[in-house]
Amino acid sequence: MPSRTMIEAIRSAIDLSMERDDRVVVFGEDVGFFGGVFRCTEGLQKKYGTSRCFDTPISETGIVGAAVGMGAYGLRPIAEIQFADYMYPAYDQIVSEAARLRFRSAGDFTAPMVVRMPCGGGIFGGQTHSQSPEALFTHVAGLKTVIPSNPYDAKGLLISAIEDDDPVIFLEPKRLYNGPFDGHHDRPVVPWSKHPLSEVPDEHYTVPIGKAVIRREGSAVTVLAYGTMVHVAEVAAQDTGIDAEIIDLRTLVPLDIDAIVASVEKTGRCVVVHEATRTSGFGAELAAEVQERCFYHLEKPVLRVTGWDTPYPHVHEWEYFPGPKRVGEALIEATAAD
Amino acid sequence: MSDFAPLSLHVPAPPSREENAPVDTSRLSPAGAVRRPPVDADPQDIRDLAYSLIRVLDDDGSAKGEWAPALDTDVLRGGLRAMMKTRAYDQRMMRMQRQGLTSFYMQCTGEEAVACAFQSALQKGDMNFPTYRQQGLLIAQDWPVVDMINQILSNSADRIKGRQLPVMYSAKEAGFFSISGNLGTQYIQAVGWAMASAIRKDTKVAAAWIGDGSTAESDFHAALVFASVYRPPIILNVVNNQWAISSPQSMAGGERTTFAARAHGYGIPSLRVDGNDYLAVNAVASWAVERARRNLGPTLIEWVTYRVAPHSTSDDPSKYRAKDASAAWPLGDPIIRLKAHLVSRGEWSEERSVQLEAELDQEIAAAAQEARRSGTLHDGPKQSPATMFEDVYKDVPRHLREQRQKLGY
Repeated sequence: MPSRTMIEAIRSAIDLSMERDDRVVVFGEDVGFFGGVFRCTEGLQKKYGTSRCFDTPISETGIVGAAVGMGAYGLRPIAEIQFADYMYPAYDQIVSEAARLRFRSAGDFTAPMVVRMPCGGGIFGGQTHSQSPEALFTHVAGLKTVIPSNPYDAKGLLISAIEDDDPVIFLEPKRLYNGPFDGHHDRPVVPWSKHPLSEVPDEHYTVPIGKAVIRREGSAVTVLAYGTMVHVAEVAAQDTGIDAEIIDLRTLVPLDIDAIVASVEKTGRCVVVHEATRTSGFGAELAAEVQERCFYHLEKPVLRVTGWDTPYPHVHEWEYFPGPKRVGEALIEATAAD
Repeated sequence: MSDFAPLSLHVPAPPSREENAPVDTSRLSPAGAVRRPPVDADPQDIRDLAYSLIRVLDDDGSAKGEWAPALDTDVLRGGLRAMMKTRAYDQRMMRMQRQGLTSFYMQCTGEEAVACAFQSALQKGDMNFPTYRQQGLLIAQDWPVVDMINQILSNSADRIKGRQLPVMYSAKEAGFFSISGNLGTQYIQAVGWAMASAIRKDTKVAAAWIGDGSTAESDFHAALVFASVYRPPIILNVVNNQWAISSPQSMAGGERTTFAARAHGYGIPSLRVDGNDYLAVNAVASWAVERARRNLGPTLIEWVTYRVAPHSTSDDPSKYRAKDASAAWPLGDPIIRLKAHLVSRGEWSEERSVQLEAELDQEIAAAAQEARRSGTLHDGPKQSPATMFEDVYKDVPRHLREQRQKLGY
């Protein structure tokens, strides 16, 4: 099976979807001729023509607003927001329009669409190219929010998202585009070809939306993670020698609560990690669900390891990023004897 | 010492806050005075049409000039009927709101010609992306009034299950896109729908609707950029009814220019039209729809009209504009003007008007009666609260199932 980067896996998902369904169109800033600033749509304009893969004006409101109209017409638009940090002008179209069209019209109109956006830090992108705004989507009724951690899931989840009849926010951790990243930024970069989850079939397959997966089985503590932090949690378990069970949520809404509950009931301890800021982050939701559903199994309070409640800095990237050291400390704290 | 006097901020105000204020009659062209260019005219050659006012009906009810459409008398009588029915509908709904049968209502009094005449230029399959003041689009195509009233009453027969504020209709079959309630968002969506029609090599066109006030929203400008770039089959309607609740059209930037002129910066052909003139609306709408269907791209139309009624049942215009302002409006009442035209053609009479008015009132009253049998906002049958959890997603996910059960359903 060929080894692919996350970019290649995403491109393959879009390519196959366009080939199978001529209602699928893809567009965004620099998406057409150039193939996207991260090259996720490279070659697609040539293959499918300018009316199915095209550049747009620099207007996120326009990109998502037009996608709503296209979805209502009966197309399957894939809208790319160049960086998740640029999403805010489109927020009204996402929250008030795409997310609620089915509800407000009782199914008379729907807006199936995928809004793809690279997210997360680790690339020295400063405060406008590093954000993790997932909680701004998970808070909104009517949206599904997906965030893959590897090429295999990226392709399968993206195909599921394109085929889904509801609007899906598809967050792509950009630090993972070209290789897995465990937060040890001072070590040599590892390519995806060295990672088993870069084995991506050429053909069509799906990874279901709403299903988490256990990345590492363990008995000492449950770690709830997604995106880049899955890899950070894995290396933190390795570095500390703590037998953590690491769950890659993959989909935040709808959440695979059964997988979470089963693991926490087994370990009795839980650490939640994400890159996004702490206050009102998705980790707060996870911690609340865990304490409501697993209170009598918990030996310790649920801990959170997150970005600080500051804008994402430039020079202090590694002091901000919740790396293996901080995750490791939380694992030690969560598993310490009283 | 500075050479400059202190700066001051200009905050526009309407002339008509006070009684007997002068009415602005600049930029009003006489009926028949404005030329009718070919549909494939270069936008650069018709820039003047954004500053004039296309009018067909003169003060005596005669049709004048190149824009006068050749419409059968039956079609005109149908237009008159649609406008009168819209007004009768508004009056009945206002009364029902005042009786406490629903929470809210919005009339389109004085603006009936814009929606009713525009609809007559569209074909089945075309899609309107309306605001909350285009009920005439539905009524002009004889959409069942009882269906509309069910929505107003949020009752058990409401096709959108009581989820939306009254007047936020949705009727896909009628080419009427679900009204959001957030202002302006539909404008760029309409452009996206039109782009889809072009992508699919279809022949359908879209019509976007917005008010003068909401042209200030970024969605309006995004729509114009996208329409300019991709040239999809779209008619960009701006209904300038002079008022955004209490704010005059000058607060949206209409003081030194026209809303039609906004299109020039985008290279989009644009026309400014008397929106209270049924014949002018029909003629210009048909011109723009033909352009769209011939793949000649977008057209922006500013319909100049006047919001005679309050913004909604929740405001009192006497607090922010002169009581006589609507009566002083120089473009008159669209219903009276079309009547006068038909009378001048010997095809209508005051007696027939009185008779039609009574007929329509009865028809609406009967529809209201029928709708009330399916319940009202506070009484009678209504949708099960369980329906609140439906249509959030196509399938009800587990967390919503749990929440529905918590509510007891």
